Amino acid sequence: MDMPTTKKKLGIKERYALMTRGLDWETSYQPMDKVFPYAQFEGIKIHDWDKWEDPFRLTMDAYWKYQAEKERKLYAILDAFNQNNGHLGVTDARYVNTLKLFLNGISPLEYMAHRGFAHVGRQFPGVGPRVACQMQSLDELRHAQTQIHSMSNYNKYYNGLHSPTEMIQKVWYMSVPRSFFDDAYTAGPFEFMVAIGFSFEYVLTNLLFVPFVSGAAYNGDMGAMTFGFSAQSDEARHMTLGLECIRFMLEQDPDNIPIVQKWIDKWTWRGIRVLTLVAMMMDYMLPKKVMSWKEAWEIYFEENAGALFNDLARYGIKMPECAKQAFIDKDHISHQAWATFYQYSGISNFHSWLPSEEDKDWLSAKYPDTFDKYYRPRFEHWEAEAKEGRRFYNTTLPQLCQVCQIPMIFTEPDDPTQICYRESDFGGEKYHFCSDHCKHIFDDEPEKYVQAWMPAQQIYQGNCFPEGADPTAPDFNAVEEVLKYYNIHNGRDNMDYVGSEDEKNFAEWRQTSTKN
Amino acid sequence: MQLDLRTVTIKPLRQTFSHVARRIGADKAASRYQEGTFDLQATMNFHYRPLWAPDYEIFDASRTAIVMADWYKLLDPRQYYYGSYTLARARMQEAAEADFALVEDRGLADSLPHAVRRLAMDLYLPLRHLEWGGNTNCMSLAAYGFGTAFTSPALFHAMDHLGMAQYLTRLGLVLGDEAELTAAKQAWVAGPEWQGLRKYIEDCFVMQDWFELFTAHCVVLDGLLFPLFFGEIDTHLAAQGGGAVLSMLTRFEAEWFIDATKWTNAVIKNAAGESAANKAQIESWIGTYLPLAQAALEGPARSAFGAEAPAVIEQLTEQFSARLAKLGVSTAQKG
Repeated sequence: MDMPTTKKKLGIKERYALMTRGLDWETSYQPMDKVFPYAQFEGIKIHDWDKWEDPFRLTMDAYWKYQAEKERKLYAILDAFNQNNGHLGVTDARYVNTLKLFLNGISPLEYMAHRGFAHVGRQFPGVGPRVACQMQSLDELRHAQTQIHSMSNYNKYYNGLHSPTEMIQKVWYMSVPRSFFDDAYTAGPFEFMVAIGFSFEYVLTNLLFVPFVSGAAYNGDMGAMTFGFSAQSDEARHMTLGLECIRFMLEQDPDNIPIVQKWIDKWTWRGIRVLTLVAMMMDYMLPKKVMSWKEAWEIYFEENAGALFNDLARYGIKMPECAKQAFIDKDHISHQAWATFYQYSGISNFHSWLPSEEDKDWLSAKYPDTFDKYYRPRFEHWEAEAKEGRRFYNTTLPQLCQVCQIPMIFTEPDDPTQICYRESDFGGEKYHFCSDHCKHIFDDEPEKYVQAWMPAQQIYQGNCFPEGADPTAPDFNAVEEVLKYYNIHNGRDNMDYVGSEDEKNFAEWRQTSTKN
Repeated sequence: MQLDLRTVTIKPLRQTFSHVARRIGADKAASRYQEGTFDLQATMNFHYRPLWAPDYEIFDASRTAIVMADWYKLLDPRQYYYGSYTLARARMQEAAEADFALVEDRGLADSLPHAVRRLAMDLYLPLRHLEWGGNTNCMSLAAYGFGTAFTSPALFHAMDHLGMAQYLTRLGLVLGDEAELTAAKQAWVAGPEWQGLRKYIEDCFVMQDWFELFTAHCVVLDGLLFPLFFGEIDTHLAAQGGGAVLSMLTRFEAEWFIDATKWTNAVIKNAAGESAANKAQIESWIGTYLPLAQAALEGPARSAFGAEAPAVIEQLTEQFSARLAKLGVSTAQKG
């Protein structure tokens, strides 16, 4: 028997190949298409999984080592921040409302990403993408948990953060981010990768994750900032995975190109609609603003994504058509969204407020073509009304778009004074949309989108009252019952920031910690 | 001696999140494990059904025959959330790395008797494929299981199996070379002694009930396989002149099983303890898979122990039955 005494030194690539794809085998006791039942139905053709280029080469031992080091640092900083009442160092307690949006609306999506990548990490027949997706699944669990842990201390002192796992499943506006992820999860594994791996993690992440983390950094929140920076190297890995996945699908078969293009179009628009919440956060909710939504859009989408789509042109992939509307919408959506939350803050888990004089001037400067003309008058009208004791709360539930589930608040691309309404008939029913692009998404898969759990309709159908509520009782108060179902504490979690418990406590506590 | 460092104290409005407080009481501060686990998975108001599994909701408790009034009874006694999990594995990894480094730096593999080195490669290298199969099966648990209390540790388990497949690959590269890995794959795919295990694992790949899969792979198969390979066979190889060298190269696997058993034990104990129906279902699954696992392990056990193999497996089965009996589950064949 020969035992080599001097061995050939393996290169990193060869070694990594042995550590991953060398592990796989062709099953024979069970047929491969039964072992991987979801690999074909979307019509994506893969001829050779070995053509997959590993976007990063990380074995588990190295993963544990690096990630544990990051966790040690992150939790040490969190502990120090909490022990030192770091929350009192933020610019203003209004800032905490961005965390309410994040913890309730985004962190549960990180969890969904974890489960979604677990699913595709089980189902892809190729070992290379499977291992990469598994690591992303693990990372996404990390992000869900570190976000909860970072904001846990805020929950102890501020309202509106106490029920993220419940609110994402119940509260009206939460169906916007949630249906986005439910949509991706319920699609096939390849579409999931285009939706989340590419469109969300690659094209749009700088417009979602980054504004929150930068917002934290600008507003003195070391807790939230630290998890953001700690997640940065994970996100970089996820971006390379998303891009590699697109490249791989496009190179495997020319028949894949139109399918991938359709998914990119769909998911870019779905993502852009969800980002309305971020736009509003950047322009209206951050006491110290990082940049305007419009500026962020121009840098991160028009410039960066523009360059990306130029690169993808060689595969025959084009910039999604919807970018044209988004180019117009960038001047409008943040104002339209904040105006909506101002009206509906009676049933929201965070506070609203009208922009100050200084804020309005900033908005005028950042949105010279639209703010003074269309939106300043609206806010000033409400300001005058509030001064007269008529603070306007809208108590009529809005009509929602069947696809993105945002209330029909967006205007016609060529006329900012007209609300944009589109509709389709399906199965004898009429369905409503906020835009041509949402209508188009519906028309392509109506069987899917008719299933949506529409919060306004659900309330009217009586499905959003706590158990035991009696809508026929004479003193039945529908709004109060819905708030109970949402677990929104009326008078504490909702309505105006001015006069809120958050405002009062923050002022008192800051006093305690700075004065004798 | 104690130092009395003073900080500004503000009375918090609440100790933890509502859903955590409902479980542990509102007056207690929650642990990071609790806040990072309880109720993270959605259970209601799903928007769409999976195109690829329209009979089910996105997360659906009816994907298993096991019924729990509260799926968050299946807690992990190790209290692993991502941070505590990676820290625990990083410590094990560091120890394993030091052992690999020592074996490699001192050329200890060359001190092994040829026959022992050969046997170790014949037995351990095909296992890297089995570990990859373990990864595949545990990914199913993480994806389709119900409740974060179970699915998070299932994902950790899956990644551990990948890690062990990689450690076994490294063991192959220390004891042999790439050609040995190729030969071991050939043995896994076609060698008669491995076909029982390969069939067992491939049958697991297509199992639809995730708790059945958990029982078949994580409880029954791993429950015999790890004590066989990293207990009995390890001792045997050491006695044949392998000394501590091979134990050093499989240290991670041996330590992992001790850690992993804390979790699998707790899941079985709590699920079986929930109802007579759960207990009967789990016992029925064990009744099905235990004989299959025993038979599947006989091939490799024979390579090590020859005619003694059935007795070794019988002894491991007794230990396994004693372990399960402590959890309130009987492995005795019924009827």
